Amino acid sequence: MKQLWLTAKLDIVESLRARWFQIYTLVFGGIVALLFLFGLTESRVLGFIGLSRLLVTYIQLTMAILPIFVLITTVRSVAGDREAGVFEYLLSLPVSLAAWFWGKILGRYVVIFTPVFAAMLGAVLWALIAGIEVPWGMFGYYTALLAVMAACFLGISMLISAVARSTDVAQGAAFLVWLTLLLFLDLILLGVMIQGKVAPEVAVTLALANPLQVFRTAALALFDPQLIVLGPSAYVILDLFGVTGYKIFALAYPAIVGLAAATLGYHLFRRGDLP
Amino acid sequence: MIKFQNVVKTFRRARVLDGIDLEIGLGERVALIGSNGAGKTTLIRCLLGEYTHDGLVTIEGRSPRTERTAVLGGIGFVPQLPPPLKMPVGQLIHFAASLCGSDPQRMVALARRLGLDVDGVSSRQFVRLSGGMKQKLLIAIALGRDARVLVMDEPAANLDPEARKIFFELLAERAESATMLISSHRINEVSTLVNRVIELDMGKVVLDDRVADDVSLSGRLDCRIVVKRPEPAFAKAMTGWNFTDRGGGLEWTGDVAGPDRLRFIGMTSRYVALISDISLKETDQKVGADEATALQGGRAKDALLAVADGGTAN
Repeated sequence: MKQLWLTAKLDIVESLRARWFQIYTLVFGGIVALLFLFGLTESRVLGFIGLSRLLVTYIQLTMAILPIFVLITTVRSVAGDREAGVFEYLLSLPVSLAAWFWGKILGRYVVIFTPVFAAMLGAVLWALIAGIEVPWGMFGYYTALLAVMAACFLGISMLISAVARSTDVAQGAAFLVWLTLLLFLDLILLGVMIQGKVAPEVAVTLALANPLQVFRTAALALFDPQLIVLGPSAYVILDLFGVTGYKIFALAYPAIVGLAAATLGYHLFRRGDLP
Repeated sequence: MIKFQNVVKTFRRARVLDGIDLEIGLGERVALIGSNGAGKTTLIRCLLGEYTHDGLVTIEGRSPRTERTAVLGGIGFVPQLPPPLKMPVGQLIHFAASLCGSDPQRMVALARRLGLDVDGVSSRQFVRLSGGMKQKLLIAIALGRDARVLVMDEPAANLDPEARKIFFELLAERAESATMLISSHRINEVSTLVNRVIELDMGKVVLDDRVADDVSLSGRLDCRIVVKRPEPAFAKAMTGWNFTDRGGGLEWTGDVAGPDRLRFIGMTSRYVALISDISLKETDQKVGADEATALQGGRAKDALLAVADGGTAN
């Protein structure tokens, strides 16, 4: 356990000094600052006003940015460390591979989740100071959603890092994964449905297998519980899960995907060449 | 103590280690030499449990791959290229000491002995240190624990003469209690440190010779050099070796670490036309021979001669 914490701490310290982290923090802090600056808390959309309006916008933007940010920065730094000889040296120290791998994930998780959460927390604190009503239920669920989103894409990133032997390959693979998930949000699904080659249930199942779509739908469900904007797909989803059931599924499924990917990554890492 | 049994490592279709069989005992100081791509780094990585391979690698009967923590706790490693770690020096020392169950102060003390002011660079990122400072710190971390095996890749390459002297003394202190595996492209870098030479070529052991253990790791040579005329380049070189100018740049005196004699002679050979008188005298009682390391066995001797001639052993 001591080795795990030491490795996690090491990764946190290394990341805090990395340029990607500074940009990452700036992006999410900047989003919240800009949303306040543009007076989003004063506007009303679909009945949303105040901080809930800001949180809805923030989570939508985060869903667009966080996955690609986590994928690229994680595979870049892990594969980069391997290429630069960091693994060769640090893995010559008496640290177990489990402590190393999971410690690295833990440290990285803290580093990627903290700025995203801190930006949202900062918005809440500002709202409290400014006397704006805070939707605590929404804040809690969005926090959980962000936590799971970070875990899901971190797990996938660590799997890619374990498989790819060079930074270029790792980056290319990460980008490809993100692009595939992105295309399956709408373009490909719509395409196959229009062609009528698959049953609507299959298309919806495919969509729900995509963590990006799961997050998107869960975020929508908070301000549109009947998922009216999704059209007929909403019937399948709500029939299958119900509103609460889907909210739970949106947290559990991506977490399982992330954990499964990380576990597979660990087994591949343990069985292969380390540096 | 260290055993390689029919170790084979293949990257895709390239066989980098081709049936390595070696046994290295306690107290042996082994030079692992060979040209680029000979398999030195791969062999070291197999020894550190970092590479999967066919065959068997054991240290005191245990596998560094399956019993990592226990085995690596007894290995001190100095890589050829320092890793680009962004963490501060102080934290790196504490990280390594915590994992190795060692006292960080022991590592700090060793770094100080090597001439690294740890307090002055404690908060500086490791990657921002100079090459020599990094090397000193990595040596201090490797030696600042109870390692029974020391694996070093070109360990003295970036050290100044004074730090090399201390480094040789530190190795001398561990000579009886540790096995050392020192990797180098060139035998002249390590010949005086070792009592066995193993040369790899195309993944095979092509030379395995014992070396006369005549050069004391802690020995010193009193040196006096007289030159025909003052020469700035020569003066700069001598100052680099901490020699003292005894008069107008014509007479220089100083001492040279015993294991550094070949490197020193190599340096002076560049000014052979300028030098009118040179003397090297052992000051360590343990050492009797004046010659550079006497290698036993034909090929090892040839390799050393090639180095003395300015060539590279391969």
